[in-house]
Amino acid sequence: MAQRIKHFLLNHGPLLTTITIFILVYVMGGRLYPAMQKPQVFFNLFINTASLLIVSIGMTFVIITKGIDLSVAGMIALTSAASAALLAKNASPTLVIPLMLLMGITFGFTLGCIIHFLKVEPFIVTLMGLFFARGMAYIITLEALPIQDATYRLLALTKVHIPFLTKEYVYPASLVGPLLLLVVIYLSFFTRFGRTVYAIGNNEQSARLMGLPVGRTKITVYTFSGFCSALAGIVWSISLLSGYGGYAPGMELDAISSVVIGGTLLTGGVGNVIGTLFGVLINGTIVSILQFNGTLSSWWTRIGVGVLTLIFIGIQSLFYMRKKHG
Amino acid sequence: MKNNPPVFKRFRESRLFWPLVALALILITDALFAPGFFKIGIVDGHLFGNVIDVFNNSAPLMLVAIGMTMVIATGGVDLSVGAVIAISAAMGAVLINPALGNKLISNDILTKDATNTPLWLIVLADLAAGTLCGLWNGLLVSRGKIQPMVATLILMVAGRGIAQLITNGQIMTIYYTPYFFFGNGFIFGLPVSIYIVAIVFLFAWVLVRKTSIGMFIEAVGGNAKATYYSGISEKNIKLFVYVFCGFCAAIAGLILSSYVHSADGNNNGLNYELDAILSVVIGGTLMSGGRFSLLASVVGALVIWTFTITMYTFGVPANALLAGRAVLVLVVILLYSDYARRILNKFVDRKGSPHGAAN
Repeated sequence: MAQRIKHFLLNHGPLLTTITIFILVYVMGGRLYPAMQKPQVFFNLFINTASLLIVSIGMTFVIITKGIDLSVAGMIALTSAASAALLAKNASPTLVIPLMLLMGITFGFTLGCIIHFLKVEPFIVTLMGLFFARGMAYIITLEALPIQDATYRLLALTKVHIPFLTKEYVYPASLVGPLLLLVVIYLSFFTRFGRTVYAIGNNEQSARLMGLPVGRTKITVYTFSGFCSALAGIVWSISLLSGYGGYAPGMELDAISSVVIGGTLLTGGVGNVIGTLFGVLINGTIVSILQFNGTLSSWWTRIGVGVLTLIFIGIQSLFYMRKKHG
Repeated sequence: MKNNPPVFKRFRESRLFWPLVALALILITDALFAPGFFKIGIVDGHLFGNVIDVFNNSAPLMLVAIGMTMVIATGGVDLSVGAVIAISAAMGAVLINPALGNKLISNDILTKDATNTPLWLIVLADLAAGTLCGLWNGLLVSRGKIQPMVATLILMVAGRGIAQLITNGQIMTIYYTPYFFFGNGFIFGLPVSIYIVAIVFLFAWVLVRKTSIGMFIEAVGGNAKATYYSGISEKNIKLFVYVFCGFCAAIAGLILSSYVHSADGNNNGLNYELDAILSVVIGGTLMSGGRFSLLASVVGALVIWTFTITMYTFGVPANALLAGRAVLVLVVILLYSDYARRILNKFVDRKGSPHGAAN
């Protein structure tokens, strides 16, 4: 039994640490600022990090295959700008939303193809994607465009009440992330595709020798990340009701650090999306603690997230070494 | 056409060839479509014109590219250079004006063209701050055995926060005239920043080509383990390149803050890590490490800024320029991919001189 517990702890160590840190940070926040103990604050985390969660879920897959996707924030900005411009021309949202998703898929697919067929570092290719998407967004509009569309407004302002609780609510847009999470948990643990992703991250060479479709899977992963970014862009434009090329500055970093804090190794092959959820929640909690404090400025978020990432990398390498020796 | 002189063949195979071709292409475009581009005038006793602008603007990027080349040659990458630039700039601004933002200070103290700190101390503190950041990165990578991308990511995320912490979250405007010398001064009609780049470049060049350090760096990039077994302290080489990269970024921060007369934690050196990596890649150094060329990276930085200034001359808005830069990256990626190389080489070998390909 003791052996089993030890095994369980070693295998799920990073995930358990993430959850523990989340609870610790949240409880600490609650102690410091009693107003944070309200349940609504917890649900606000989901409202505030709606886009980040979606993007990070896509990023997790990419990072598990040992890649990286720096283009996500650019895609959010492009999606918001493009949909705002289209909606301003009276296009129907039922047309705009699928179109945006298609754009994200095409974009991710193209990046994936360049990475796979031309054998260029994912880092550089997706960086180009970031420049390209942001540049395109600025070509569409140089200033923020408001969204007046009725459907978008309805989606933005409807409150979805949490079952069994009286006053607490979230917005429809904040439910997209958790729903996507369920799909992705299924994808990563119960499908051939998901297992191939892990195999590629562990050792691409062996995966290829085992006859796994390495190229197809890698391209799919980047396509999925593109899809997630477009989805996040739609969620972003619904919650802000406007579109602009400068939106979501540095969100690729927030997503990467959330994924790392969530226990996914940047060396690939290790990690899972459940951890990413908690990584994102930790990120959101730090922001809300700073908001409750009020006197601390937002740059502390950056420092806090940086320090947490550092701590996490330390913990990870510790677990990794233990596992190797034990 | 078949008897190419060996000098030319050697040039074609050298690392400098592709960056120079790219530069030539952009300059030819300028010559054809923007007639005023090469005009150089004399204003207030110094040279003035687009070409001088290219040099002056690209100086910080060249510096960072020099440091980055060495880091990439060891198989690493330094994502934190942009943040280090911001930290160094913030350091300078704070020392010039020790009055921090949260105290009530009258405008005439803040805008006074004077400082309590001697200039040499300000410069030294700037450089020390950057070098310390480099030391931190280097220790994480060499002693902590963390992958370079992750290790430097930490400072990249936290660094801008630290820079804002130093300036107390404010954009500090600098009013101290002697400080402007680094970014706006001229010696013999040429911008001071060019001289600084030349000095740093010479120093780095002598270091890597006239001592064995350059060979060690390439060895670490080629195979770190083998280097270790052959008795070279692979750890110290790694530590050194990150420290040097931090140092270069610090000088870049000094020049940049002096050039724009302010320190802004959010925007000083924004995207510099990306541009620097891009310059190195244009310069033909592989991201996986190994052989490198400092001069090619410097030319790479020049390519990026010539392109940027060209786009400005054509009236492309600064923000939309990002898309243009993406196209530049795409072209570079395509040119450097093995696939494209093979086709091009075949083409060149069959048809003779690469002039056909270049124009």
